[in-house]
Amino acid sequence: MAVIQVSRKPLTFAERTYLPQIYGGLKITLKHLFAPKDTLEYPEQRPAIPPHYRGVPTLVKDPHGREKCVSCQLCEFVCPPKAIRITPGEVPEGSGREHVEKGPQAFDIDMLRCIYCGLCEEVCPEEAIFLQNQYSMSGYSREEMVNHKDRLYEIGGTLPDEHFKWDKKKAAAEEAAHGHH
Amino acid sequence: MIEFWLNLPLWLQAAIKGVAVIAVIIPFAGACSMAERKVSAWIQGRPGPNRAIVPWVAWIPFFGKFLQRLGVFHLMADGGKFVFKENVVPAHVNRFYYQLAPVVALIPALTTITVVPFGAYWDAAAQVLRPLALANVDVGLLVVFAVGSLGVYSIILAGWASNSKYPFLGSVRASAQLISYELSMTLSVLPVFLWVNAPGGGGTLSLFDVVQQQSQPGFWGGTWFAFLMPFSAFIFLVALFAETNRQPFDMPESEADLVGGFHTEYGEFKWSLFFVAEYAHMIVGSGVFVLLFLGGWNPLPWVPLAPLIAGLPAWLGGLIAIAIFLGKVATFIFFFMWVRWTLPRFRYDQVMKIGWQKLLPLAIANLIAYTIGIAILQK
Repeated sequence: MAVIQVSRKPLTFAERTYLPQIYGGLKITLKHLFAPKDTLEYPEQRPAIPPHYRGVPTLVKDPHGREKCVSCQLCEFVCPPKAIRITPGEVPEGSGREHVEKGPQAFDIDMLRCIYCGLCEEVCPEEAIFLQNQYSMSGYSREEMVNHKDRLYEIGGTLPDEHFKWDKKKAAAEEAAHGHH
Repeated sequence: MIEFWLNLPLWLQAAIKGVAVIAVIIPFAGACSMAERKVSAWIQGRPGPNRAIVPWVAWIPFFGKFLQRLGVFHLMADGGKFVFKENVVPAHVNRFYYQLAPVVALIPALTTITVVPFGAYWDAAAQVLRPLALANVDVGLLVVFAVGSLGVYSIILAGWASNSKYPFLGSVRASAQLISYELSMTLSVLPVFLWVNAPGGGGTLSLFDVVQQQSQPGFWGGTWFAFLMPFSAFIFLVALFAETNRQPFDMPESEADLVGGFHTEYGEFKWSLFFVAEYAHMIVGSGVFVLLFLGGWNPLPWVPLAPLIAGLPAWLGGLIAIAIFLGKVATFIFFFMWVRWTLPRFRYDQVMKIGWQKLLPLAIANLIAYTIGIAILQK
């Protein structure tokens, strides 16, 4: 490999007095003195959360305000720190959703255990659990740091649904019933 | 008013003057520390301290918010914290000298202020401008240099008494640095006094007379010495940065390699005394520079103050003079801070090289050149 000899130029007299460099530096800092500040003043100003941010896990409803979770408990089983605890229950008669069969009776996520890994969101076959953009969680007691089902739906809100899987199933079942005759 | 003041016993006058110095300089130093934090923040693109507020000030509609954003209450909280912190003395120190060092730091810093005139008023009866100073003595600048340089003893004492290697190294560096730059500093102001003390007149080192020299009518009379003697001003300025231990001559502290330098082992109120002493040195240094080279209380070059305030009441003219002088000092202190947050620290060998091999020969050459020039001009 060829060796390239780089000649180091001796400093000029002006450079050895430091003064031109000091002057240049002073100009730069003066510019920054009057420049707009970079700091985000946190509690008043909030950062813009990018899409697909992994914040606090939440339960979401479909656009018709119906519960999506069918309490299959896949998230509970996949959760590495065992933060999720689901008590399965039945979907009550007369709600028009009897064919879904199951829904969570209780759904608790212990935010003191949650590691925000997003596996629950990944594993959910119903697209019912999402890590959304809430990034700050605080509470005065351990109990306060457990998100119960109503709280999970409250911070989760409603997300658009592309499939309406259970509506299609119901329609298909009815079609099949009609077609049989 | 004046008679009443002069009729007070001498000890009472001295005590009042002393209290006045403390009451003015310590808040001033506090304001400087706040300015330091704000200037550093702005230069680094931050808003700086802006949260603390006292509830009853928050009730003032606009002004309270302004004070809060300015960080004034952080300063008060800081001061209060220093006063009420536990007085800790590490076990391994020499207790007597350890306690003595901050006091020795503060005394020369506050003492030098007594001889620095901070304004002037028009004496209508005698038709002359008289200085506003606690003690307008003829040896003015000599006192500043002599007493001001005693500050190095506090650094040596602090480093020695701390009985710990980093403070010791810091104090050794500081003392070597202060001694090196004092030479150039003293030599750089000699041309000013050669010019002021024309042959035939009474000899003086008074800072007031230097300003008077810069307030004469005519082009040469009204020129500030910064224009007449730019090299003197430059050498004095560089030496001033070194003498006040400011960046880029921040050797005694140099927290990157010496933890905290000479005050590593200090905390609470004792540490804050070092802090106040540093800012007091800076204030006095800026004041002396303004008096020597920037025309003191004269508003602009070639615009002396005396004709402007001659028609006004004495107190108003005095206030105007003080305001102009303090404005210049504040600008200068801002310059100190601006440089501090621009430049990195010199290496120790660079500091010594600049001091002995560059600044000192320059100061001597400058003195010789001006001596010859002044001798020819004033013959």
